[in-house]
Amino acid sequence: MTETVTRMISHTLRAARRAFPPGLRCFSHTSGGEIIEDVFDWAGSLRLTKQASLYVHQWPYCLRRCSYCNFNKYIPRKNNGHIMTECLKRETETLLQFSQVSCITSVFFGGGTPSLAHPSTIAAVLETVSRQANLSDKAEVTLEVNPTPVGMSKLEDYCRAGVNRFSIGVQSLQDEDLKILGRDHSSHQALQTIEEARRLCPGRVSVDVMFGRPKQSIDSWENELSQLLRVCDDHVSLYQLTLERGTQLFKQVQRREVTVPAEDVTAEMYQCARRTLHQHGFLQYEVSNFARHNAVSHHNMSYWKGRQYIGVGPGAHGRFVLRGEGGVAREARTQTLEPEVWICEVQKRGHGTRRRIQLSHHELLEEVLVMGMRMNEGINHKHWELFSPQLGLHEAFGTSANVQELLRSGRLILDDRGLRCSWDGLALLDSILPALLVELQRLSETTKKTSNT
Amino acid sequence: MSFSLVKRWCETPLLGRVLQFKMYKRKIQNYNTTYTLLRHRWMKSLPLFSSSFKRISTQADKDTIDLSKFPVDRIRNFCIIAHIDHGKSTLADRLLEMTGAIVKTEKNKQVLDKLQVERERGITVKAQTASLFYNHEGQQYLLNLIDTPGHVDFSYEVSRSISACQGVLLIVDANQGVQAQTVANFYLAFEAQLAIIPVINKIDLKNADPERVESQIEKVFDIPREECIRISAKLGTNVENVLQAIVNRIPPPVASTHDPFKALVFDSNFDHYRGVVANIAVFGGRVRKGDKIVSAHLGKTYEVNELGLLRPDEHPTQKLFAGQVGYIVAGMKDVKEAQIGDTLYLQDQPVEALPGFKPAKAMVFAGMYPMDQSEYPGLRSAIERLTLNDSSVTVQRDSSLALGAGWRLGFLGLLHMEVFNQRLEQEYNASVIVTAPTVPYKAVLSSAKLIKEHGSEEITIVNPAQFPDRSVVSEYLEPMVLGTILAPDSYTGKIMTLCLNRRAIQKNMVYIDDQRVMMKYLFPLNEIVVDFYDLLKSLSSGYASFDYESAGYQAADLIKMDFLLNGRPVEELTTVVHRDRAYSTGKAMCERLKDSIPRQMFEIAVQAAIGSKVIARETIKAYRKNVLAKCYGGDITRKMKLLKKQAEGKKKMRLIGNVEVPKDAFINVLKRKEK
Repeated sequence: MTETVTRMISHTLRAARRAFPPGLRCFSHTSGGEIIEDVFDWAGSLRLTKQASLYVHQWPYCLRRCSYCNFNKYIPRKNNGHIMTECLKRETETLLQFSQVSCITSVFFGGGTPSLAHPSTIAAVLETVSRQANLSDKAEVTLEVNPTPVGMSKLEDYCRAGVNRFSIGVQSLQDEDLKILGRDHSSHQALQTIEEARRLCPGRVSVDVMFGRPKQSIDSWENELSQLLRVCDDHVSLYQLTLERGTQLFKQVQRREVTVPAEDVTAEMYQCARRTLHQHGFLQYEVSNFARHNAVSHHNMSYWKGRQYIGVGPGAHGRFVLRGEGGVAREARTQTLEPEVWICEVQKRGHGTRRRIQLSHHELLEEVLVMGMRMNEGINHKHWELFSPQLGLHEAFGTSANVQELLRSGRLILDDRGLRCSWDGLALLDSILPALLVELQRLSETTKKTSNT
Repeated sequence: MSFSLVKRWCETPLLGRVLQFKMYKRKIQNYNTTYTLLRHRWMKSLPLFSSSFKRISTQADKDTIDLSKFPVDRIRNFCIIAHIDHGKSTLADRLLEMTGAIVKTEKNKQVLDKLQVERERGITVKAQTASLFYNHEGQQYLLNLIDTPGHVDFSYEVSRSISACQGVLLIVDANQGVQAQTVANFYLAFEAQLAIIPVINKIDLKNADPERVESQIEKVFDIPREECIRISAKLGTNVENVLQAIVNRIPPPVASTHDPFKALVFDSNFDHYRGVVANIAVFGGRVRKGDKIVSAHLGKTYEVNELGLLRPDEHPTQKLFAGQVGYIVAGMKDVKEAQIGDTLYLQDQPVEALPGFKPAKAMVFAGMYPMDQSEYPGLRSAIERLTLNDSSVTVQRDSSLALGAGWRLGFLGLLHMEVFNQRLEQEYNASVIVTAPTVPYKAVLSSAKLIKEHGSEEITIVNPAQFPDRSVVSEYLEPMVLGTILAPDSYTGKIMTLCLNRRAIQKNMVYIDDQRVMMKYLFPLNEIVVDFYDLLKSLSSGYASFDYESAGYQAADLIKMDFLLNGRPVEELTTVVHRDRAYSTGKAMCERLKDSIPRQMFEIAVQAAIGSKVIARETIKAYRKNVLAKCYGGDITRKMKLLKKQAEGKKKMRLIGNVEVPKDAFINVLKRKEK
């Protein structure tokens, strides 16, 4: 009996696969908020298109430009908070309709500087979501916060608006470094903001820190980490400063006015942070994310697990099936970058999607692989089966000489649990992924050939 | 007959004639130079460029030119030789204008340089012929100008042209004075015993110093200063004097219309419609349309379909007479049927063949590979077409593990190679990977078995992979060149150091005036093929000029050097070097390899080794961290693109042991350094 069902499902999936990657038109009854572990691929497949997380590039404005940031942000010219709010609501509505998801599992307000937005904007967007989809009280709603006094003063109001998790852009605890980075807060303000956020959302505060900063040494980084560990909550995001073309910092480094630590030094900083955080009970669940007391970010996890996400706001990215428009394949969608233009587009046609690219099944698998391997736990067999019901991880990767070499060297692990990086391997992920992608492509070409004949 | 064919070993008896020339004597006595005339022929210009000619028919109407009106004593055959940029082509333009061959307009710039590469580089690589009609003291003369390349790489072209001439105009820039190529070109003309008319050009320039140049000419060439003609080809100043001097000082060809027809093929082009168009110098008798002629080389008979003068465009006539220069189309279908240096005669009047030319020897070899193997057929046909008209390029198929299937091409010299590449790119739109040039080494075998195998005791090694082991060789030989450097004396020290570092031996050093020095060095060719000229130019702020001629082979302590990646040899990087240069070459190659191979998850040892002995090493450190720390806002598109590009690149990697090497890593190491 069970066997028949399985066969039926896999048949259906096979039939559906070419046209639309995993997704069945059935109902799911997941209560929002909790991430159900992959128990059964049938339910999992359903969840793939019936639910999504929501990313709101909520406030594309900053008061000043950080010297390292090339992200989509603008210095506001006038107060257009009201129009922004209306447009965010409108686009959320439209895209939710397109996607036909019944459940939003988490919401993340990123920026820009979302903490510049009025709490009522947050509330308005969340209300819009609730009107159209199931948004559980337990669903994780994160807001990025700049640790300035203004930001801090609004935290309580944000909570009232529905935010239940804060991600605080501390970046550094060295005032001098904050200045070089062009941040508009001091380390003292950062500490205060963390304290206030923890008071409001205990156990649900994350801090962002950056290493590889100009003039930073391994010693100073170690000190900074231990200082941070004394004040932080249960979640830490660790970013390496990347020099982006077009930023002020990039130019300064090119002109040799500023030097950044060498590759070997930043590698050591990363390893040192991993060790230190581990010693303090933090689990590295992803390349740059660490949590203790199970305080992982659900929103982030759904990215790594290859789930749908809807991106709202200027320059936001999304990955979802447009079921409302009869779509079957997942789309990569990018919203218009410039806020003014985006506003016009949303006012005119309800959304500001600038680019839509249908992902082929192969491309979807590529993303699943690239994102999944970033996790400490890697890609387990169930997770993979959800997207690739026909070809298991062992069959897909086990035979390749390149992969074998990686397994032998102990950087990659392929076993009963699934495919994942070892502790050493995770730091070299970008050297490992191309080998896996090559393998995946070879397979996809073979499949294409067989299905053609 | 005093048409001196320039096919000879330079030997002393030549010297007795014409001029007393001290330096020249010394040169020959010292090195017993074997002056091989390099065979070299350039392809016909593309139709694209040949359309840019404007002819007028004010002179004799084209159909009514009666060439019989030009007896031998009213014919002058001459060419112009000069260092690059000294104004050869400009003077040719003026001569063409003044004799009515082309309309006088502002646009006449390098009329005879038809190839794009010629115009861009300001050099001539392909000889052109133009017949001019000139009235002098009531008599009409037929002046045949043969425009020649300036660079010694193309000296074969020059010497072929010279073989059809009795005199040369030796142009020297009034500002720059005598340069290395002026000297080299002078020797060619001098050896051919031609009348030399020194012409000092660009006297209109602010810094012109004709007196100084005249004294240089006197000192270096032993030509009385009174014989120099000062002109400005650009403005036309005194160009009339040049024409007069051509008539008065250059002897007419010695040839008789009463002899049987006999002509030398001194150049040939291929035309898709008419077949081979041969440029000939008539040494005796006459030839007309419809005549049956025989090629002495192949013994094949052809019928003359068309013949005429080149003015510089083809200008059909009924006949060509002794002493004249023109073209002939005789139904030859293959460029090989019109061997340059071949003799043509009438079917029923066989004559003794003219001495002809010695084929040119390729002196510089380089691998050429398509950028992408799918472009192989395209590149093959481009190379075939280009070599069709330049038989001096030798072509050998070759293949490399890193670069795929390609060719090893042999060139007469560096400029020849560069010009070839440039034409390949410009005229055939082919993008090629060119490996660092190498030279042909020789090995004298000691093993009887190998001698039998190769059929000779001495073998030439073009590909380092075929370098025979020391144990089977009694001696290795390397090609040598005699280099001439002219430079202001303030750079002498630096130049001497550079030459010394290149294993050169100084043979001579002369002040040609109170500031300029002429130095002669015997170089291993290998030492100058890559970057010598660039270095010389830069250390002398561009003032030094350099030229070289082949100087035979010399015994040398050569060794084969291998390059290893984590202990595995990389076959395509194997190099032959002189023992003294092994370390510096090995070190430099290792450094370049280190820079071109990306870091990997493990450490990579890059080594240079002679036999089993490692002489240089670089280490590529292992990656300790290679992971993008953030992926925010769900924007993974960029990251995916990057990874997919890496995956794509990975497929193209060449695996040496477990080391992944991007294709362009070897290209970076193998190819010539960009200037």
